[in-house]
Amino acid sequence: MTIPAMVVRVRQKRIAELISHGKRLDERGLNEYRNIQLEVGVIERAEGSARIRLGKTEVMVGVKLETGEPFPDVPNEGVLTVNAELVPLASPTFEPGPPDENSIELARIVDRGIRESKAIATEKLCVKPQKKVFVVFVDVYVLNHDGNLIDASAMAALAALLNTKMFNYEVKNDEIQVEPGYTQLPVVNHPIAVTFAKINDKIVVDPWLEEEQVMDARITMTMDKDGKVCAVQKGGYGYFSKEQILEAAKIAKEKSEELRKIVMKS
Amino acid sequence: MSKKSSEKLINKNDVRVDGRKLNELRPVKLEVGVLANADGSAYIEQGKNKILAAVYGPKELHPKHLALPDRALLHCRYHMAPFSVQERKSPAPSRREIELSKVIREALEPSIFAEYYPRTSIDVFIEVLQADGGTRCAGITVASLALADAGIPMRDLVSACAAGKVEGHLVLDLTDTEDKAGEADMPLAFMPNFNAITLLQMDGKLTSDEFEQAVNMAVEGCKHVYALQKEALKAKYVVKEAVEE
Repeated sequence: MTIPAMVVRVRQKRIAELISHGKRLDERGLNEYRNIQLEVGVIERAEGSARIRLGKTEVMVGVKLETGEPFPDVPNEGVLTVNAELVPLASPTFEPGPPDENSIELARIVDRGIRESKAIATEKLCVKPQKKVFVVFVDVYVLNHDGNLIDASAMAALAALLNTKMFNYEVKNDEIQVEPGYTQLPVVNHPIAVTFAKINDKIVVDPWLEEEQVMDARITMTMDKDGKVCAVQKGGYGYFSKEQILEAAKIAKEKSEELRKIVMKS
Repeated sequence: MSKKSSEKLINKNDVRVDGRKLNELRPVKLEVGVLANADGSAYIEQGKNKILAAVYGPKELHPKHLALPDRALLHCRYHMAPFSVQERKSPAPSRREIELSKVIREALEPSIFAEYYPRTSIDVFIEVLQADGGTRCAGITVASLALADAGIPMRDLVSACAAGKVEGHLVLDLTDTEDKAGEADMPLAFMPNFNAITLLQMDGKLTSDEFEQAVNMAVEGCKHVYALQKEALKAKYVVKEAVEE
């Protein structure tokens, strides 16, 4: 074993030991998030954007609006598309190429939170029923991976949507004519994802990378603004007891309110 | 989320369109050892769902650099046949199938003693031949049986079942129609002897109380599925013993 690999092993053992005593290597409480910095409107070309720093994890989200065809089963509603890129510059473990299962899972968790909480009033994004609606592209761009990409991406995505401005338009002969001025994208719910790692049979919020490397499993609970659960995803090779899941749901409700305040302030 | 068929899925007496009670599973038919080439295989019919699972391995892993020094690599592919749904599905793996393959693998992994077979791979293939809601759960249930049939040492079987909310009622084992018209769907996989939840997903909206009730309901459903899985395994061996006598 090389020396750096040994250091990693020792640190991992220490992380797990500390957590069983209710402590964390970075001196956070078990239910405490890392420092969050959130900026919005960082990309002028995008209709909405946000950049979040969650500890050393950095994620940028850009929102672009285009017109396109609606889905046949909901002909009067705009379309939401979420994509995530684990850009190679963000981590030595990310490689260029088509989205792998990790980036697809990340995108789908963020998507599910926005979609199931009905965060975007998609019925207001219809230009001409069955023919033309607005498509909201949410692109999650991971810039530095230091753990808990899910919560960082979900918060940045919500902040970017709240920051999104649509140009004013009129419909003439089925074509869109751009008018002066902008209006806000109709965002009516505010989903927040709260992710837990299970380490040594204890659950902790906001795992950073080294904690993710030792965790047995993780679970993400996305809560809407009324405190309802709107999306859940378990990941990792381990499992949770029923009691741990219910405890996580309780903590997620409190934490999501705290995090939502940070996003709404930005 | 179309509500065209609103107020029709559950009647005044809490009976669902297909005649089930709120906490009742669809009829489940399980068969173990259905494919000749596979090391282990199983078939499930759950309502209109028809799903085959096959297991190959433990076997040599290619490419070799992917091998894990301390355990077997579990590989899992969930795939839907093009004819399994109303509108033909392209056979290329969709984003949904890639995500489900991942969460199903993570749901099965805790149940197997992968450390007994370092540097090998165990391949699990789940083919959905006909889909009617709840295919990932039925897929896990049947894949777990196929793993057992392949003789892979296991801590427990994994049983899976969804709970959800339809027209204001919490219900078990949603059909596709119920899922599409309903307010929430929550697939859950469970190892009954360990009180271990190995898969949990949800979409829709549930209050905290509803969430807790739905988890309890799905866990009870899984216990029922578990009993059926054990019967199916026994059924295979009882036949063999009878032949020997």
